[in-house]
Amino acid sequence: MKDIFDKYLPLERRRRELFGETRDLPFALTVERLLSPTRALVGGREILLFGTNNYLGLTFDPAAIEAGIRALREWGTGTTGSRIANGTYVLHRQLEQAFARFLDRGTAIVFTTGYQANLATISGLAGPRDVILVDADSHASIYDGCRLSGATVIRFRHNDPEDLDRRLSRLGEVEGSVLVVVEGLYSMLGDVAPLPELCAVVRRHGAWLLVDEAHSFGVYGARGRGLAEAQGVEREVHFVAGTFSKSLGAVGGFAASDHPRFELLRIAARPYMFTASPSPATMASVLAILERIGREPELRSRLWDNARRLHAGLAELGFTLGAPVSPVVAVVLPDERTAVRAWQRLLAEGVYVNLALPPGTPGRRSLLRASVSAAHEPEEIETALATFARIGRELDLVAPRP
Amino acid sequence: MASRQEILAAVIDIVRSHRPEAGEVGEASRFDEDLAVDSATAMDLVMEIEDRYDLDIPLNALADLRTVGDLADLVHRLLVERGA
Repeated sequence: MKDIFDKYLPLERRRRELFGETRDLPFALTVERLLSPTRALVGGREILLFGTNNYLGLTFDPAAIEAGIRALREWGTGTTGSRIANGTYVLHRQLEQAFARFLDRGTAIVFTTGYQANLATISGLAGPRDVILVDADSHASIYDGCRLSGATVIRFRHNDPEDLDRRLSRLGEVEGSVLVVVEGLYSMLGDVAPLPELCAVVRRHGAWLLVDEAHSFGVYGARGRGLAEAQGVEREVHFVAGTFSKSLGAVGGFAASDHPRFELLRIAARPYMFTASPSPATMASVLAILERIGREPELRSRLWDNARRLHAGLAELGFTLGAPVSPVVAVVLPDERTAVRAWQRLLAEGVYVNLALPPGTPGRRSLLRASVSAAHEPEEIETALATFARIGRELDLVAPRP
Repeated sequence: MASRQEILAAVIDIVRSHRPEAGEVGEASRFDEDLAVDSATAMDLVMEIEDRYDLDIPLNALADLRTVGDLADLVHRLLVERGA
């Protein structure tokens, strides 16, 4: 009998070539204890965390933890049901109303994971007679949502409104509707979408626009509503999706819209209908965090100060960076092996970042991706920069100390 | 409109430019087994073909492609459908 895993032989070969038999695999790293939002025990040693997407650093917020514990006591450990069966509690309704208020949208819906938020929203909005135009650098959850929708899916060049315009012009007569899907902050390189230009193209062609603010919610905009708020185009974005697992410090997702029929997703979107609803503790903690983000814009100022500090420090050392400053700071390495080596050395010296390798990376680049948190202390950023400097010199990535 | 033969020649050229180390490229070359074209390379060469012929190749259509000849057939069919 043929081994059912034989199709992964190339994948196994690639893993062996890149990592040998080492146990320091980036996807096998185990956190033994979390000491704070920015420090953990890994392999018995204390590690500085610079790859958690915990942008606002609120995972240990005392009020959120208390609210979660209270919800656990009052509502139990899980809902044991889907939203359309027994899994809708007053907590889900409250959180949906809180999101609608926060985002200033008519309707908000919450989902069990961020992945499912995109899967449900895209496959709920688009069907087999529709066409989806998707930014080429979109997250896997967007691509998977497109596939699940059964729509005709066309990629346009990353952050390129002209290419989108050209492709929309080529479409001709479409039986159904046209949906354009982009992200706010792109998580690999840390670059942002040119939303005003994209909105103008979308408007000209009479298409619908969905923006995934997974990495930009809580991070951009005067009120933290995301990149569309920061770029002043919220009213031109028809649908917004996002996640609980970054700035909101939990697991889950949301989508919101002013469309009067948006609630139809509840009886049309399979990834919403056929999964257990988010746990009571999650609902309660996210409600508390949402409230805190709303009343404490200083969290964002602190995050951006930290982002600027890390970005400027790495640039000054001579590293090649993927994009202008944002809470995602990506260091571009010359090749895969160097990236793996640098990642391992950084970890050995006590700094954790994300390793991102081709083919899944923009332009096939090999990246060390750091994400900054409002919870980072200035000294922690200095330590990370000093470690990057040491490893950079050791591996000839930056010039030796003058 | 470009003939199927012309399209095939162009597709072979584009595949060669993206996989210079792949050796012989022909109509029957398989993208995975023979040419080791990964998902990202496939996307790059599809975009180049889209530019060359001013058309869009939906992702849905790519899943069934196994050989260079399949891709040429697809481009030919899309051009015929458009009536260019």
